Amino acid sequence: MSASDEKGAATAERALSFFRDRFALDDTRLAAALDTALERQIDYADLYCEYTTTDSVALEEGIVKSGDRHLEQGVGVRAVRGERQGYAHSDEISIESARLAAGTARAIADEPRAHAPVAIQSASDEQDLYPVQTPPTEVPVESKVDWLNEIDTYARSRDPRISQVMASIVCQHKHVLVAGSDGTRVADVLPLVRVNVQVLAADGARREVGYQGAGGRVELDTMRDAERWKGLVDEAIRIALLNLEAEACPAGAMDVVLGPGWPGILLHEAIGHGLEGDFNRKQTSAFSDKLGQRVAAEGVTVVDDGTIPGRRGSINVDDEGTPSQRNVLIENGVLVGYMQDRLNAGLMGVAPTGNGRRESYAHLPLPRMTNTFMLAGEDDPEEILRSVDNGLYAVSFGGGQVDITSGKFVFSASEAYRIENGQIGRPVKGATLIGNGPDVLTRVSRIGHDLALDEGVGTCGKDGQGVPVGVGLPTIRVDDLTVGGTEG
Amino acid sequence: MSSDSETMETVVRHALEAAKRSGASQADVLLVQGNDREVRVRGEEIEFVKQAQERGLGIRVLVDAKEGRKTSIVSTSDLAPEAIDRMAAEAVSLARATAADPTAGLPEGGFAETVPDLALHDPEDRNIALEARIEDARRAEKAARDFDPRIDNSEGSQASSGHARVVYGNSQGFLGSYESASHGLFSEPLARDGDSMQRDYWMTSARRLSDLEDAASVGRQAAERAVRRLGGKRVETCEVPVLFDGLTAPSLIGQLASCVSGYSIYRESSFLADRLGDSIAAEGVTIIDDGRLPSGLGSKPFDGEGQPTRRNVIVEQGRLCTWLLDHYSARKLDLESTGSAARGAGSAPRVGTTNLWLEPGEPTLDEMIAEIDRGLLVTELIGMGFNPTTGDYSRGAAGLWIEHGEVVHPVEEITIAGNLGDMLQSIDRIGCELLWRGRTASPPIRIARMTVAGE
Repeated sequence: MSASDEKGAATAERALSFFRDRFALDDTRLAAALDTALERQIDYADLYCEYTTTDSVALEEGIVKSGDRHLEQGVGVRAVRGERQGYAHSDEISIESARLAAGTARAIADEPRAHAPVAIQSASDEQDLYPVQTPPTEVPVESKVDWLNEIDTYARSRDPRISQVMASIVCQHKHVLVAGSDGTRVADVLPLVRVNVQVLAADGARREVGYQGAGGRVELDTMRDAERWKGLVDEAIRIALLNLEAEACPAGAMDVVLGPGWPGILLHEAIGHGLEGDFNRKQTSAFSDKLGQRVAAEGVTVVDDGTIPGRRGSINVDDEGTPSQRNVLIENGVLVGYMQDRLNAGLMGVAPTGNGRRESYAHLPLPRMTNTFMLAGEDDPEEILRSVDNGLYAVSFGGGQVDITSGKFVFSASEAYRIENGQIGRPVKGATLIGNGPDVLTRVSRIGHDLALDEGVGTCGKDGQGVPVGVGLPTIRVDDLTVGGTEG
Repeated sequence: MSSDSETMETVVRHALEAAKRSGASQADVLLVQGNDREVRVRGEEIEFVKQAQERGLGIRVLVDAKEGRKTSIVSTSDLAPEAIDRMAAEAVSLARATAADPTAGLPEGGFAETVPDLALHDPEDRNIALEARIEDARRAEKAARDFDPRIDNSEGSQASSGHARVVYGNSQGFLGSYESASHGLFSEPLARDGDSMQRDYWMTSARRLSDLEDAASVGRQAAERAVRRLGGKRVETCEVPVLFDGLTAPSLIGQLASCVSGYSIYRESSFLADRLGDSIAAEGVTIIDDGRLPSGLGSKPFDGEGQPTRRNVIVEQGRLCTWLLDHYSARKLDLESTGSAARGAGSAPRVGTTNLWLEPGEPTLDEMIAEIDRGLLVTELIGMGFNPTTGDYSRGAAGLWIEHGEVVHPVEEITIAGNLGDMLQSIDRIGCELLWRGRTASPPIRIARMTVAGE
C-alpha cells in the first residue's frame, strides 16, 4: 500500500467512525437496512447517508450583516430493478429511518423472495484528493469577518467609481457514507470553500457589476493569502470598469476566439451534458449512437477528470461509491466514451465511470460531470487572435444552458471584445453565443498551448439538482459561431 | 386544529424561548414540515417512484448592540429539544461575531391578524393513492406517444404531489400557520424525423388535484409542441417584431419583478432604481403581484415575516407604482413592507413574488400571429443572458417564423437581444390567454422590434 492509499483510508475511516459514533450506523446495521430492501425481487439496493454543515458570512454596505449556519442530514435508500428505481429518504439518520425508507423504496417490486444476507466489505484503493486539516466550517467566524472587512477596504481603495462591494465566504463540510447490497461500503469527507466578490461601478448614469469568485476542496487558509484574494477583487473591479466602457455587441455569425479557463463552460454545455449516460441510454441525446464517430476537429481531446487534487469538481468516490477517474470523452476528434452512473452503465453493458452524483440525500444519483476540459494544443494564443480578421474574443462567461436533444447550447459572455484585423478591439457587453453541440467542435480551427482550469465557482444544474463542477480550456478559435447582440 | 400543527407550534415556541435564553433580543422561527411524492413514467415503464418526509427549522436571532442589531440565521432538521437549544446558542454566538446593523430588526407590528383560508389544499387529496398519480403520468405519456408517429421517444412524464404545513412565529408575539399542497404533471416527449430530433414539454400545476389539466391533454400538447419544432433552422440576422407565447412571456415579467425588489433598489443594482413613478412600459401594461388569489400557486396568508400578504400593483398602465419590499429593504428605503418577504427554513427573508401576472388584453395568439408580416414567435428560451443592472437582454431562443400572417417554419439556434427597458416600452400587443402553470403568468405579448441573430 502506498502512502497516499493510507491517507485515503484514513479519510474514509474518519467518515465511517463519524456515522458509527454519532448515529450508531455500523456495518451490521447497514446490512440490516439493505436486507429489508432485498426482501423483494430487486436487482440491487443502496443507502446514502449525509451530514453536511454549510456556513456563510456575507458583507454588504461595508459591514458583515449576517452569518448563517445550516445543518443538512438524512438518509436515502434506493431499490433498483431494471430501469425502475424506488427512492425514499428521511431527514433523520438512524437505523429505524433507514429501514423504513428501505421498506418504501422496495415497493417498486411486489414479489417477495429469499436472499442471502448482505455482507458489508471495506472498499480498498481509496483516493485522498482533498486532505484538509481544518474543516472550513471550523475556521472561527471572527477571522472570516475580519477577512471580509479587509476585502471591502481594499476594494473601495482601488477606484472611486466603486460604489458597492458585496463579498461572501461560503464553507461546506460534508460527510457521506454509501453502502450497497453487493456489500460495497465507502465513506468520504468533502470540504468545499468559495470566496465571492461583487462590485458595482458607477460613472454618471451608467452602472455595471463585476464579479469574481474562487474556491475548491482546499484549506480555507490557502485562499487567505493576500495576493490570492486581492487578485479576485482586482479582477471583479476590472470587469465592472471595463463594462462601463463596453459597447453594444454585434449580432450574427462570426469567428470567435475563446480565452483559457472558465470559457471551458462551452465544453460543459455544448458536449458534456450530451455525453452523460442516461441521455444516451434513452437515445434522447444529439450524441446518441455516435461512439467511434468524428464529433470534433483533429487535435481536439476532451476529458472529464474527477481526480485532480483540490478541485471543486473533484470527488474521491462518486455518490454511488465508485471511485472517480479520468475519463477521455473525445480523443483527437473522435467520440470515445460517455460518463456513467451505475444504473445506466449496467443497462448499457459498460463499466461505471465514477460520475454517479447527487445534490444530497434527498436526490437520486444521475450521471454528472466532474472537471471537464480540453487538452492543450500547440498554437500560440496571440497568434490565434491575429488569425481572425473580424470576430469576437470572449474571455469570461456567466451561465450557459443546453437542449441535449436538439444539441443547441447557449452561453453568455461577461467579458468580451471585438477582434478587428487580428487585434483586440473595443469591449462589448451582452454577448450571447449560441451553437449546435454535435458540430461546434468540428469548427475548432486553432488550439492554444495555454490550458487553464477555472477558478472553482461552477455549479451545474440538471433535473433540479445542483452539484459543484469544474471546467477548463486552452485558448481556441471556433469558426462561424452565432453571436447574439443588438448591433447589425 | 390538528395535533400535527400543535406539535409544530410547540417546537416553534421552544425555539423562540431557547433563542431568548441564549441572549437574543429578538428572534423569529420558521418550521416547515411536509411530504412529497414523485413518479416518472417513460414509455410503458415506471422510471422512478420517490417518496419523502421532510422538515426544516430555521431560526433567526438578533442581538442588541450599540449601533444596531447583530443578526444570524441557523437551520436544521433535528427537532429534538436539546438540538434546538444547541442551535439557538450557536446562532447567538454567530450573531455576536457579525457587525451591528442599524437597519436590522423585526417588524414592530402590522402582523396578519387573521389567517384567511386561501383554499391552498383539498383535504381529499391527502388520501390520493400513489397508483393514481402513476396512472396520470401513464396517460400523459401514452397521449404524447400516440399523438404522431414521429413521437418515438421521450424523457418521460412526471407526476408529483406534495403537502406542507408552515408555522412561523416571532418574539413580537406573532404565531401563525397554514397548510398547502401542490400537484403537478409534466410531459416531455421527443419527435424525430430523419436526422432532426426535438423535445418540448407541457405542464400543469395546481393546489388541488381536481384543478389539474387533463393528463391526456398535457401529453398531447407537449407532443404537438415537439413535432412542430422538427426541421427547425436559423434565419438571417434581422430586426423584426417578436411574439412571446404563454410559456415564454412569464420569464420577462419575472425578470422585471427581480428589478423592482427592494434589495436591488437600495443596492442600486437595478436599471429601474431611480424610476419609481415613471412610465417604464407601454400604456397597456399592468403587472400585479397578489398573494391572496384563492388557490393561487404563490398564495399564502402571511409572508415570511408574519405580515399579511396583499395585492401589489407594480405597474399600472405603464407606470411603475411600487417596489416589492420586505421589512428590511423597506426600512432601507424609508418605506413600508409590501408583505413580500419570502423565506425558506434555511434562508434569510428576502423579497419574492407571490402570484405575479401581466393583465391580459384582447387578441388571441392566432390573431396576433395573423397581424405580423414578418417576425418571430418565441416558444422556448435558453441561457441566462439578462443583466438586471443595465437591463441588457440576450438569450438563446427557438420558435416559429411568421411570414404574411402565417407560421412558415420552425426556427432554432438563434438569439434575441435588446434591453428590457426598451422591450417593456415597445410592447404593442397583449394577448387574451392567461394560463397559470406556476407562480408567474403572462398572456402572449408582442415586442415591436428586437434583434434576432442567426446566420
